[in-house]
Amino acid sequence: MSTTELPGTDRNAPIATVRRDRSGRRGLPGLRGTGVVGHVSAAVLVVAALVAVFGTMLAPHDPDLTNLSFQFVGPFEDHYLGFDSQGRDVMSRLLAGARSSLLGPVAVVLLSMLLGTGLAIATAWKGGRFDQWVSGALDVLFSFPAVVLAIVVSVVIEPGLRSATIALAIAYTPFIARVLRSAALRERSRDYIAALEVQGLRATVICVRHLGRNLLPLIVAQGAILFGYAMVDLAAISFLGLGVQPPQADWGVMVATGQSGVLQGYPMESLASGLCIVAVVVAVNLLGERLTDRAQLVTR
Amino acid sequence: MTVSEALLDVRDLAVDLPIGGELRTVLHDVSFTIAPGEALGLVGESGSGKSMTARSIARLLPPGAFSTGTISYAGGDVAALKGAGMRTYRAEVAMVFQDPRAHINPVRRIGDFMTEALRTNHGVSTSDAVARAVALLEEVGISDGQRRLDQHPHELSGGLLQRVMIATALLTEPRLLLADEPTTALDVTTQADVMAILDDLRRERNMALLFITHDLELASAVCDRTAVMYAGQLVEQRTSSQLHDDPLHPYTAGLVGARPSIDGQVTRLAAIPGRPRSAYEAPAGCAFADRCVHAEDACANVRPALEPLEDGLVRCRRAGELRGMLSTGGRRG
Repeated sequence: MSTTELPGTDRNAPIATVRRDRSGRRGLPGLRGTGVVGHVSAAVLVVAALVAVFGTMLAPHDPDLTNLSFQFVGPFEDHYLGFDSQGRDVMSRLLAGARSSLLGPVAVVLLSMLLGTGLAIATAWKGGRFDQWVSGALDVLFSFPAVVLAIVVSVVIEPGLRSATIALAIAYTPFIARVLRSAALRERSRDYIAALEVQGLRATVICVRHLGRNLLPLIVAQGAILFGYAMVDLAAISFLGLGVQPPQADWGVMVATGQSGVLQGYPMESLASGLCIVAVVVAVNLLGERLTDRAQLVTR
Repeated sequence: MTVSEALLDVRDLAVDLPIGGELRTVLHDVSFTIAPGEALGLVGESGSGKSMTARSIARLLPPGAFSTGTISYAGGDVAALKGAGMRTYRAEVAMVFQDPRAHINPVRRIGDFMTEALRTNHGVSTSDAVARAVALLEEVGISDGQRRLDQHPHELSGGLLQRVMIATALLTEPRLLLADEPTTALDVTTQADVMAILDDLRRERNMALLFITHDLELASAVCDRTAVMYAGQLVEQRTSSQLHDDPLHPYTAGLVGARPSIDGQVTRLAAIPGRPRSAYEAPAGCAFADRCVHAEDACANVRPALEPLEDGLVRCRRAGELRGMLSTGGRRG
């Protein structure tokens, strides 16, 4: 008798193999499904964050030291980006300015997310007249441009990063509240919320532990997109002289003070700081977009 | 039955809902009582207001709903409850929903769902709550409760999930259970299991039950009394066995006649002419007048009241003269 094995009689061989498309699952935990773009964006942001934390230590020279004899001198030795109109080292100012340039938008995002999400869930939960009044007030707030609000707030509080941050956070709250309110309304009418209510759980418990938590993917995605706006707007406010006050280094301020150099043919300061802003904003927006896509895939 | 001994007393309940920009009546003139340990069946077709009645009792009406009438539980007005009183009420009056998959937060574990109310509202420690949950899961026929508690809803079948829901409802030792079509979303064999569990547990604990279904047979098997709803009002209320064999209202007779029989010949099922009416589109007089084979001109103009007849209540002005004449499809005697 022949002992030749028929194909497929190997007991250990799988009967069938299924090849899974793993492209959506590849990547670092937390970034899975965001693709190469998401990972590169995240890398840019990690570098930016590190610079924000350690920037003052990394700066090769004193960022505030002026030396008018070096005015607009181009790059040489370890002055990789040359000097600005006051004869300060541009590279050092970029590194030192990262902190306020990034901290401001982070504070704006956290504040407005907190306010906006809170209002969105509260209005969606309460409904009725409370919803009408709060939504109406938010609509009024909508009509104030962020920069106008910043001017108003900086009159009340002294101009500076703090007043600009508060102003922007207030100006952004209606955007967040509106987007999240509709999502919260949808979630509010879901049956599992009714089942939790009927178990006698407090409204705050349901809102925070269930409703809020199930909105988290959307909240994160919204925050990422908002960060880009906050950074550009804060830079614009600093550019107007209402945000970060000189001589403190800040990317937005550097774009502004670099103007005189641009006119005289030395665009390095404005260009370098502008590029930093663009790089971070683009990275945040791309990552935010990918995260939104992923959140929608999950909730769909 | 006097009001004082009733566990739940619903009196003249009417609910209006904003539908398409205007306030429309979905329930009116609904009155019934449930005694401690009693099971009342609420039967009717889709849109007849069964679920709305249960939701009114559970205080789960959608925002914008306008309701009148009183619902009292153990002598207290339910509408006036708030804060701690409301939480106590919700511990004593539990609800089981039709579709368990939609009613459990899909991203939380079964254990979280089952024990959250105990932990946050009743001050039970996590280990005690888990122990009680496992014990109750055992009672509803889930032997590997400990493992189930760590699973997510999508890992359980519909039947298992409904048992989880029933166990969860029973965790706070309720005195009244509102069951809103608990078996409709399940397949037939699972239905029987779940129903048997529900019935056993109810009798063991002497728990009152409001059982909502559109299955007349099921209602008469499980419940002491059955109430029939049509177009947002009760049209008949009677001891289950009698309602089944000897209906008082032409609509009930139509429902009984429209059921398929497992022993009879396969003939075309009797149907009630016309289509079901919602409360707001029902005729001015008797809501069933335009579909009733026994209707007279007066039926369309005079709104009948729910009146006692023999041992039940019926909302039909001709009920007395129609005794013995109501056909239940001709195949049943």
